[in-house]
Amino acid sequence: MSDLLLKVRGLKIEGRSEETWNQIVNGVDLDLNKGEVLGLIGESGAGKSTVGLATMGFTRDGCRISAGSVEFDGIDLVNASAKVKRGLLGKRIAYVAQSAAASFNPAHRLIDQHSEGPVQHGVMSRSDSEADGIELYRKLRLPNPEQIGFRYPHQVSGGQLQRAMTAMAMSCRPDLIIFDEPTTALDVTTQIEVLASIRQIVEEYDTAAIYITHDLAVVAQMADKIKVLLKGDEVEEADTRTMLSDPKEDYTKSLWAVRSFKRPQKPAVNTGATPVVSVQNVTAAYGTQPVLFDVSFDIHEARTVAVVGESGSGKSTTARCITGLLPPKQGHIEFDGQALPLDYRKRNKDQLRQAQMIYQMADTALNPRKTIGELIGRPVQFYLGLSGKEKRRRVEELLDQIELEPSQYINRLPSELSGGQKQRIGIARALAAEPKFIICDEVTSALDQLVAEGILKLLARLQDDLGLSYMFITHDLATVRSIADEVVVMKDGRVVEQGPKTEMFQPPHHAYTDLLLSSVPEMDPDWLTNLLNERGVDNIGDAAVDKMT
Amino acid sequence: MSIWLTLILGLLAIAAGGWLFRFAGQKITGDAPRFRDMPYGVAFGYVFGAVIVVWLAWAYWLSRSADPAVANKYFFLGKAIEGLILFAIAAWLFRLLGRSVGTEGTKKLFRSMPLTASFGILMILIYAFVAIFAGALAPFGQEEVLAQANVVPGGDPAMGGNPDYPLGTDQIGRDILSRLIYGAQNTVGIAFITTCLAFFIGGTLGFLAATLQGWLDQVLSRAVDVLMAIPSLIFALLLMTIASAWAGSEKWLLTVYMVIIIAVIDSTRVFRLARAVGLNIVVMDYIEAAKLRGEGLGYLIFKEILPNATAPLLAEFGLRFCFVFLTIASLSFLGVGIQPPLADWGTMVRDLAQFINFAVFAPQVASAPLLAAGAIALLTVAVNFVVDWMLHKSSGLKE
Repeated sequence: MSDLLLKVRGLKIEGRSEETWNQIVNGVDLDLNKGEVLGLIGESGAGKSTVGLATMGFTRDGCRISAGSVEFDGIDLVNASAKVKRGLLGKRIAYVAQSAAASFNPAHRLIDQHSEGPVQHGVMSRSDSEADGIELYRKLRLPNPEQIGFRYPHQVSGGQLQRAMTAMAMSCRPDLIIFDEPTTALDVTTQIEVLASIRQIVEEYDTAAIYITHDLAVVAQMADKIKVLLKGDEVEEADTRTMLSDPKEDYTKSLWAVRSFKRPQKPAVNTGATPVVSVQNVTAAYGTQPVLFDVSFDIHEARTVAVVGESGSGKSTTARCITGLLPPKQGHIEFDGQALPLDYRKRNKDQLRQAQMIYQMADTALNPRKTIGELIGRPVQFYLGLSGKEKRRRVEELLDQIELEPSQYINRLPSELSGGQKQRIGIARALAAEPKFIICDEVTSALDQLVAEGILKLLARLQDDLGLSYMFITHDLATVRSIADEVVVMKDGRVVEQGPKTEMFQPPHHAYTDLLLSSVPEMDPDWLTNLLNERGVDNIGDAAVDKMT
Repeated sequence: MSIWLTLILGLLAIAAGGWLFRFAGQKITGDAPRFRDMPYGVAFGYVFGAVIVVWLAWAYWLSRSADPAVANKYFFLGKAIEGLILFAIAAWLFRLLGRSVGTEGTKKLFRSMPLTASFGILMILIYAFVAIFAGALAPFGQEEVLAQANVVPGGDPAMGGNPDYPLGTDQIGRDILSRLIYGAQNTVGIAFITTCLAFFIGGTLGFLAATLQGWLDQVLSRAVDVLMAIPSLIFALLLMTIASAWAGSEKWLLTVYMVIIIAVIDSTRVFRLARAVGLNIVVMDYIEAAKLRGEGLGYLIFKEILPNATAPLLAEFGLRFCFVFLTIASLSFLGVGIQPPLADWGTMVRDLAQFINFAVFAPQVASAPLLAAGAIALLTVAVNFVVDWMLHKSSGLKE
């Protein structure tokens, strides 16, 4: 018997929209041997998840497999009856979803959900599978493996939940697990822990896996071979080392090159210069819950200050204090040397105009019922008092600045644009106010890497042309490397370290900065192995963060 | 054999039929996925549906074959089946018309429209047409008392009808057809005005509460809670009693009071919805962006929030219209709504209600009160069909 576990040939999948069927996967071939890990990468809309689900013989609502075959261990899954599939799914093929929080049933304990599969499939008795669950929790290094299963999903953290879900997928000892972006929603320090656990347990039980992600550095750690997809077509496939060192296709090369964008370091600011924005000893709270403690930093003209930290570290809260949405309890904000009123409702029109904001989710930041012309035109009219032809000319100028053809886009609705284009409209709306200072709140984290790079380049060019100052909130250190002049590292509402970028990326660091930097996956396939050897499994990720406090 | 035994045996037969149907389907089609993966419940449903269709056809045949002069217990069922088929054909033709006439946008709309929705739209259009041109369409005046009272509907002299009054006359000799047509104007027109008023009050206050929050929201919401805690029909009756004392002999003033009372009571439900929808919208980043720009309250509510709330509000408008309409009909039925001699469907049902007793031996006579009741039911169903479709569409668009 051969080692071939999964054989997909000429897989075509169609999706239904507006009465017609559109092809979304155009004939993908895939081979997977026992115990092998395949990385499936591509941008959003490349069909990664659709292909991943199809390997279980499943399609989402409104989709169908129109051609091709999926053979799992000799069983034809495309034509298999519902009964045959029921016997396989969960038992021999398992699935780990991106959002563990949304995939667990909030009304049941983790261990109850864990043992449901084995009991249903008749693999183990309930008590055996609970004992086995605790064993798996221990192997995945969850804290308190004996007790954690008796908690409800909302009582454990996101990274722990993702590991509990991996344990659940393992509960029947399947031959194949499909991981659909399991770490995308997690912070870097949490991600590294989950990655290490998944890799270890997959190796231990010799399970085959399909690892779907858009993050190349992650896939480099996890996969034995990599397949690149683009708009439903296969671009190329090779084993991980070959793929990283010697990609064949132009598209793959461009993906690999994304992280190379870097701005030159700007000269240091004169010591006497007045900063554009100065945050001074700001302490803030939501109700009685304190969230910021004595935060101070300056942002100078035509400079970019990157504020880095994990979720919950107070980055966005700092932005809310600067904009006046959350008036600080203590401390104040200065703009060009003048103290700003703390509440935005007390600021005058000019003060409001000078500080603009670009949001993470362009989908919710643009009113879906307004055309691009109205969206950008409103601040032009509101702040500058232009109307009629003058307003339209200014809107066209702004669209030119963000590299979108005015005549083509001015009458469209946000829903008719791609994610990157929407983010550009967000930038244009901020520029329309002719501000000196813009807060960019995770503006690239919802975008694909190629698109994100385009946005970063645009922001850099606008800064050079217009002398803008940016406060750049992000958790992605690669973005910091490419765009920042100065870096502020935050943790638990406090600034732990700040300084020019060149200094920040050189040792010696504050212990937390060091941990953050070391947790960012690199394109080297040995990176995770080396890191684990160097630091030991107990000194990475959140475990290490916990030791610090 | 008792009725229960028949029922149980019938269900058992259908259960066996379901299993047989699936088994036969699997054998004949050679295990096509459609039959292979069919759950038993679905197979049972197919057979159950088929049995009901066969029974309806049989009942319809019975209702037709009997002598019209003899009481027939399938009379109403037969009429209902005829009506259903007639309406289905009309709706289908209307949709066909919509697909071939009009702009590209409306054609596209009609192409994706289910038959129920096109039926609903057709009915609403007919009602609106009748209400607007009531004066020209009605053969007699709504208050006009004619020579013959209690003429049986149907227009067949042998059955006690009169071809001059195709739907008969009521107990004091007013033409029922004319009163139905004028009733469309009165009942539907007043319901429409009331619903608009309820939406104006409830919508404005709801968005205001959602945007400003704080104490204003608390005061408004608690006031609404108090109003909603009182059963609405009893509350309306109570207030109408007070209002009728204020109005005195001015009948039109009572109608104005009624519009205001029902609008205020119904605006509490609209307030709830507008506030809930508004709360979901005000947390969006684009509202925050507008606030930070320094926009005023009016711009926020009418330019940023309202355009995003139209879909749920429009759907609620349809439903609310039905409830208001039914409330007015109930109040009229109880004698405190639209006052005679104005024609109103609720009053008509009450006036002719005793004829229902004739249903067993003279179904044609009993149909007199059912005409007005049917007019109410038809409009309610039509509006609900359209609302369902709009809700489905708006949720589909949100994706």
